[in-house]
Amino acid sequence: MTRKQKRLSVIVGGLAILGLAAGLVLYALRDTIVFFYTPSEISEKNVQPGTRLRLGGLVEKGSISKAGGTTITFIVTDTIETLNVSYTGQLPDLFREGQGVVAEGVLDASGVFMADTVLAKHDENYMPKDVADKLKEKGVWQEGKGAGP
Amino acid sequence: MIAETGHFALILALAVAAFQTLVPLIGAERGNRQMIASAVPATLIQLILVYVAFAALIHAYLISDFSVQNVFENSHSAKPLLYKISGVWGNHEGSMLLWVFILASFGGAVAIFGDNLPPTLKARVLAVQGSIGFAFLLFIVMTSNPFARLNPVPIEGNGLNPVLQDPALAFHPPFLYAGYVGLSVAFSFAIAALIDGKVDAAWARWVRPWTLAAWMFLTIGISMGSWWAYYELGWGGWWFWDPVENASFMPWLVATALLHSAIVVEKRNALKVWTVLLSILAFSLSLLGTFLVRSGVLTSVHAFAVDPARGIFILGILCFFIGGALTLFAWRAPTLKAGGFFSPISREGGLVLNNLFLCAACASVLIGTLYPLALETITGEKISVGPPYFNLTFGPIMLPLLLLVPIGALLSWKRADLTAVLQRLWAAAALAIGLGVLVLVATQRGPWLAPFGMALGAWLIFGSLADLAHRIALFRAPLSSSLSRLVGLPRSSLGMTAAHAGLGLMIIGIIAITLWKVEHIVAMKPGERADVGNYTVQFVGETPLTGENYTGRAGQFRIFRGETEIATVVSEKREFKPMGTPTTEVGLHQTLAGDVYVVMGDRTADGARVVRMYFNPLVSLIWLGALVMFFGGALSLTDRRYRVGAPKRNLTTAGVPAE
Repeated sequence: MTRKQKRLSVIVGGLAILGLAAGLVLYALRDTIVFFYTPSEISEKNVQPGTRLRLGGLVEKGSISKAGGTTITFIVTDTIETLNVSYTGQLPDLFREGQGVVAEGVLDASGVFMADTVLAKHDENYMPKDVADKLKEKGVWQEGKGAGP
Repeated sequence: MIAETGHFALILALAVAAFQTLVPLIGAERGNRQMIASAVPATLIQLILVYVAFAALIHAYLISDFSVQNVFENSHSAKPLLYKISGVWGNHEGSMLLWVFILASFGGAVAIFGDNLPPTLKARVLAVQGSIGFAFLLFIVMTSNPFARLNPVPIEGNGLNPVLQDPALAFHPPFLYAGYVGLSVAFSFAIAALIDGKVDAAWARWVRPWTLAAWMFLTIGISMGSWWAYYELGWGGWWFWDPVENASFMPWLVATALLHSAIVVEKRNALKVWTVLLSILAFSLSLLGTFLVRSGVLTSVHAFAVDPARGIFILGILCFFIGGALTLFAWRAPTLKAGGFFSPISREGGLVLNNLFLCAACASVLIGTLYPLALETITGEKISVGPPYFNLTFGPIMLPLLLLVPIGALLSWKRADLTAVLQRLWAAAALAIGLGVLVLVATQRGPWLAPFGMALGAWLIFGSLADLAHRIALFRAPLSSSLSRLVGLPRSSLGMTAAHAGLGLMIIGIIAITLWKVEHIVAMKPGERADVGNYTVQFVGETPLTGENYTGRAGQFRIFRGETEIATVVSEKREFKPMGTPTTEVGLHQTLAGDVYVVMGDRTADGARVVRMYFNPLVSLIWLGALVMFFGGALSLTDRRYRVGAPKRNLTTAGVPAE
């Protein structure tokens, strides 16, 4: 191979790898991202059952029910709309009534959000930023105090 | 008084860093010997001043001086000693001071151990180090003073976030920062080389050990963080593709690429411009990581700062260094003489492929990390990019790279004979495929990735060992001569073998836990049993618990294999003083074959406990693999050609055989 051909083969190889990577990224970004909604947005946007999404809001007071053994149900609210959530498994330590929560899962046909992941992050004053932003938009957020007690 | 001394030392360090930046740079430009020589004392004085400040903050934590706001907010007199010390960097201000402390240490190390560097190059390197130190010291003094006082003095502190009170996490930040900041040395060398207009084999030989050291620290730091997440967060996961994790993983990927490309510069005097660019990119990603984690752009356990002024300040630092470095690169890189070219099938070609794949992988992680931020800024739409994205992009990009590792390591320089290389690897390939078939038979209709992944891991391990066996003529020569050859091998090549084999161990661990994890969630009353994997777990009962700064409940679990009891583990629910913050401690029975992982959850309505159990097969191999990689790096670092002063000595001591 001449010097020119060698250089060309390296460049072509490099471009092929970059092209492959770019293709994968574009494909993955279309198919694997998960949107983040509050209960009001879910009802506004008329989300189809089966779509995977993240639900953010506050755990409504007195709504946590552990009747079904390891399955827990609770209601997530953004103080305007509410949504029933069902989750099998262990709740994070900081999961509490009146506190912010993020749940990931799918909406089933009867309108219950079947969560497979529930996040309440590492700090007890912590409000998931996404939730805080959404609550600010809805005007139920008080700066410095957070929402709720 | 001691806190004021610390504050004062920081301000003095800022002034010295300004001197350290300007005077040697100007001196190097004008050829003024005295100005050039001032770089070393300036660096050392800055180092001492930063050490004084850091010691002052540690002292305030040790004596629980709650008149210092930072101590009040992040410490508590009842905290164990280790967490009083680790509390120093368990908050924004203290962690930035740790950052500067490590930066000054690396600068000092270059000043002390860099005797063999040409004086102008050394002066420029130290000046660039000084400028980074200046920027971050300014940041601390202007926005994040850790020594601010409180009046009136509170009686008790607020305590450290309990999930951070953990041995692995106490050492995670120093190691991670040593990795992040260690890359600043490669950056400084790159900038100095661009100003100098000269990159040669000696330059690469100076840069490589620093990069290697930084890479080792990053490897350990990241794996400690992952180990902590595994047993402390209680989800049984070890990597979440969380933006903060990605922030530390991206510099690691580029540092790995840099380690490999620097070899080409050193041995073949090629890929020079690319290596300089990688040095800049590696540290730029460190800065980006610092920005993402410290600015409050991301919300996570790491995001202490929510003050927008700080975010903007770090963004300013980020833009200045990255923008400045890339501008300098664009301007000066054409002056670097390009090295010789090479055949695509050669060691150089293999290393270029390695770099391409690693950089493409890093780019995919970067896009996945920044895309949600960008989208939210532009459209206000909130999305999350999670594991599915990374499995689909990062995985397929890394796969060919991993397959090629054992082959690339055996290729010879300039022009290689692929057939000969493959002949040397047939045994390793046969072993790997054999293992894959075995797994395929054992798991029946499991996912295809399982046999493939196991074979891939085995290929990496056996491929590396095959190379070693060939070099020492194992089984072809008497054992004693093989052993003496082993001792005589360059340490760097032993290090490479170890690091690649460690990577193989890690792959096996990752594939095993990803595909074969067994999860079982069940409500249990004392005395009840449940199965997980091949094990049976019995809930014995719970007892009250009192620790130094927490109270709680401890649940005892017996673990049986068949009918034989093999272990007892305890999972705890703790409530930490002073806020009553709850945490959960995992009950973990670890063996090389796999971990039984038991988490006691909440009480159900009828008085049982929700218990979450996992069997995580081979998961320890992930961290064991990281340790082996670290060890490989250390072995390579002790290679005689990287030993301090070696490049110079090599000129005089002839007869050191080239590899």
